[in-house]
Amino acid sequence: MAIQIDQPSVSLSRVAVSDTHGEDSPYFAGWKAYDENPYHELTNPSGVIQMGLAENQVSFDLLEQYLEKHSDGATNSGRTSGFRENALFQDYHGNGKLYGTNKRGRAKFNPESIVITAGATAANELLTFILADPGDALLVPTPYYPGFDRDLRWRTGVNIVPVHCDSSNNFEITPQALESAYNEAESNNIRVRGILITNPSNPLGATIRRTILENILDFATRKNIHLVSDEIYSGSAFSSDEFVSIAEILETRNYKDSERVHIVYSLSKDLGLPGFRVGTIYSYNDRVVTTARRMSSFTLISSQTQQLLASMLSDKQFTGSYIRTNRERLRKRYELIIDGLGKAGIRCLKGNAGLFCWMDLSTLLEEPTKEQELCLWKLMLHEVKLNISPGSSCHCSEPGWFRVCFANMSEKTLEVALRRIHDFMERRKAH
Amino acid sequence: MEFESGNSQLLSKIATSDQHGENSPYFDGWKAYDNDPFHPTQNPRGVIQMGLAENQLSLDLIEEWIKKNPRASICNGEGLHAFKNIVLFQDYHGLPQFRNGVAKFMAKARGGRVSFDPDRIVMAGGATGANEMLMFCLADPGDGFLVPSPYYPAFNRDLRWRTGVQLLPVMCQSSNNFQITKQALEEAYQNAQKANIKVKGVILANPSNPLGTTLDRTTLRSLVTFINDKQIHLVCDEIYAATVFGGPSFISISEIIEEMESINRDLIHIVYSLSKDMGLPGLRVGIMYSYNNTVVNCGRKMSSFGLVSSQTQHLLASMLSDQEFTDKFVLENCTRLANRHEMFTQGLEEMGIRCLKSNAGLFCWMDLRHLLKEPTFESEMSLWRVIISDVKLNVSPGSSFHCCEPGWFRVCFANMDDETVKVALGRIRMFVGQRKDVEVQVKKSWHRNLRLSFSSLIYDETMASSPRIMSPHSPLVRATT
Repeated sequence: MAIQIDQPSVSLSRVAVSDTHGEDSPYFAGWKAYDENPYHELTNPSGVIQMGLAENQVSFDLLEQYLEKHSDGATNSGRTSGFRENALFQDYHGNGKLYGTNKRGRAKFNPESIVITAGATAANELLTFILADPGDALLVPTPYYPGFDRDLRWRTGVNIVPVHCDSSNNFEITPQALESAYNEAESNNIRVRGILITNPSNPLGATIRRTILENILDFATRKNIHLVSDEIYSGSAFSSDEFVSIAEILETRNYKDSERVHIVYSLSKDLGLPGFRVGTIYSYNDRVVTTARRMSSFTLISSQTQQLLASMLSDKQFTGSYIRTNRERLRKRYELIIDGLGKAGIRCLKGNAGLFCWMDLSTLLEEPTKEQELCLWKLMLHEVKLNISPGSSCHCSEPGWFRVCFANMSEKTLEVALRRIHDFMERRKAH
Repeated sequence: MEFESGNSQLLSKIATSDQHGENSPYFDGWKAYDNDPFHPTQNPRGVIQMGLAENQLSLDLIEEWIKKNPRASICNGEGLHAFKNIVLFQDYHGLPQFRNGVAKFMAKARGGRVSFDPDRIVMAGGATGANEMLMFCLADPGDGFLVPSPYYPAFNRDLRWRTGVQLLPVMCQSSNNFQITKQALEEAYQNAQKANIKVKGVILANPSNPLGTTLDRTTLRSLVTFINDKQIHLVCDEIYAATVFGGPSFISISEIIEEMESINRDLIHIVYSLSKDMGLPGLRVGIMYSYNNTVVNCGRKMSSFGLVSSQTQHLLASMLSDQEFTDKFVLENCTRLANRHEMFTQGLEEMGIRCLKSNAGLFCWMDLRHLLKEPTFESEMSLWRVIISDVKLNVSPGSSFHCCEPGWFRVCFANMDDETVKVALGRIRMFVGQRKDVEVQVKKSWHRNLRLSFSSLIYDETMASSPRIMSPHSPLVRATT
């Protein structure tokens, strides 16, 4: 279909004609290359391997097994009255069972404070509408998930002011970096309304340490701003001990000052169900909960999906075993890739969570610039035939870092990818 | 920078505004229902919910189809093979089979007189999401959209809340059965110009909520000419298309533009959904269909904020491509709606209550002007409170739909079974009987063109509708449970 974007004959909104949707970035360009020439073990062994998609495909079999065993309970076909109720159920309070049971370990959660949305994408945008006015800013530590540029800014008119992190201290968020970002916003007359962190981090693949979380919460309290913690990878920490939720920090403080804290969760990463569009907001602020619930009318979860998941997630035996197994498989996958990269002479940031690793190719750059990083990225895409995500698309201030996903493919495919990297590095050594 | 003390200063203007519309006196009706819901055996004197425009008449047909087609579910042995691909599928283009199915169903709802291009189908979080999405695409904060009144109360939230767009009512009156006139459109447009509001388009529901009527060809053509002359957009919310149960038959905007020449199709957009036609509001299937390529592309990106669950897409792809089923469904659904409408309006007529002649929708527009003490909105509110507390029916007062004439009420009839309808009619009969005994001064001297003077084009929040009209709570009570 022909697209006329530059000169629309009839006027559309500013939002419509802007490019804040962010789709013109390399993050998405790589996907196009993959779509045009996708790797297949048998039919297209020299195609592009997709390593730019943070999907969790390592534990499907567990879900499928569950469904096979419980097909009567989980589907609509066995219970006709169940379908009718589902079909009509559009109360924005959501299916209570689903959320009461879906919470991790040590912190307590009140089901009344949970708001459902169609994916974390919607949850993040919705929170931004509630916490900030157009022209205001959210502080976001770099490197960050490229989709935030659209989710937090596009229709909301809110700005992102980056909190710069670098490799000198493993990209940890420092109080100085927070202050510096805040001051920069102030000096530009931009009102900072909150800070949004992703924990575990995308793209770093690492959890945020307790001390750092405390610092961030203290900072937010001092400045009297909000703190949004996007914890969608919490179930993907390789060991459950390593992940500390902001909820736990609040608990140790007896929930003092907690009404500035909001948590985003989703089943897309931990359960590997991105197609189902299941996102949640948990807020310690009643007004935010009420407002978010009203706004969620624009983005509710299909009741059919809610029912399926309510069944599944209330089965404690299943969820316990799923989480344990999933963590273990991700850890093994991580070790595989780190090992393989190591053998090729490539270092990665030490990671302990997520579906990707943060790879350091800075030594391969002719110059430490963004342009050189993009050249290298294009090389990886077209010559090595791997779609990996350049750090610049994640707003990383240090050129040369790349996010490499490892959980959205079979082990075999991962080994093919590693071999290609290995060969690539060998070729470079030879020159 | 100043920070006030307390909780509320921490939230945005959008969050602290009342534009969600849920703080209004009309909340009483829904509260009354929630506190005392009717049940034929457990609570026969409870409040009957007649303020919820849901179609519960044909769900058995869908249930039957699902039982017969286990492969359409990814959760059982038959359908499990598709599980992995479906759960991973989050492409905002949507499953091609889903889009094809929707396109076919949309054509079917229009008698096959037009066809729809699956590539123009964009998903949204229900029609609620689709309407908002279109506003984001077509208008900037502060811009205005004309909307014929009476209109669906939640438009105030859906079209304005987060978008900052203003709604400018186009007054329609009972003197000509609430039809939209060229003069009314022009007047609303001129008023906007005078107030320095940039009008970006017209939005309306056809079939109409709350009127239950469809637009005739002349009106549609006149509308298209109006927007085309001014080069402003036309958004047609056609979510009740397949609820047209009687003549005249439905004419979609998609048909009109085929018939007219020199129309800029970039101005034409349709909103659709399966919530009313198929009775599936819980599945959140909203569709934006635009003839404007840029809007399609932009909308598609925005649909990331409200995609339809892939599990649901998969189910519906299967169901909607079953032509035999959809043929049968559309026909049977219309028959049942026609019967229900007939039963209800006949019953009302026998008590001297007229409804606007209608041929579509899940409700009728009931004329209770003769029961008002005075032709004022205060009287309408009094009457409404009596209907809630004494007659125990939650009906929706016309003022919540921004009707400019007091005395009209929307009454839903498709969200209950036959028995409950009879109970409701019985209660109304009793009420009308009692009311006749009380001396009612009907002022015959009120002007034919009674019009409440609105000092502002912008809607007064106190006239906003009941919260539950916008965020329905499904009444799971049925006479035969």
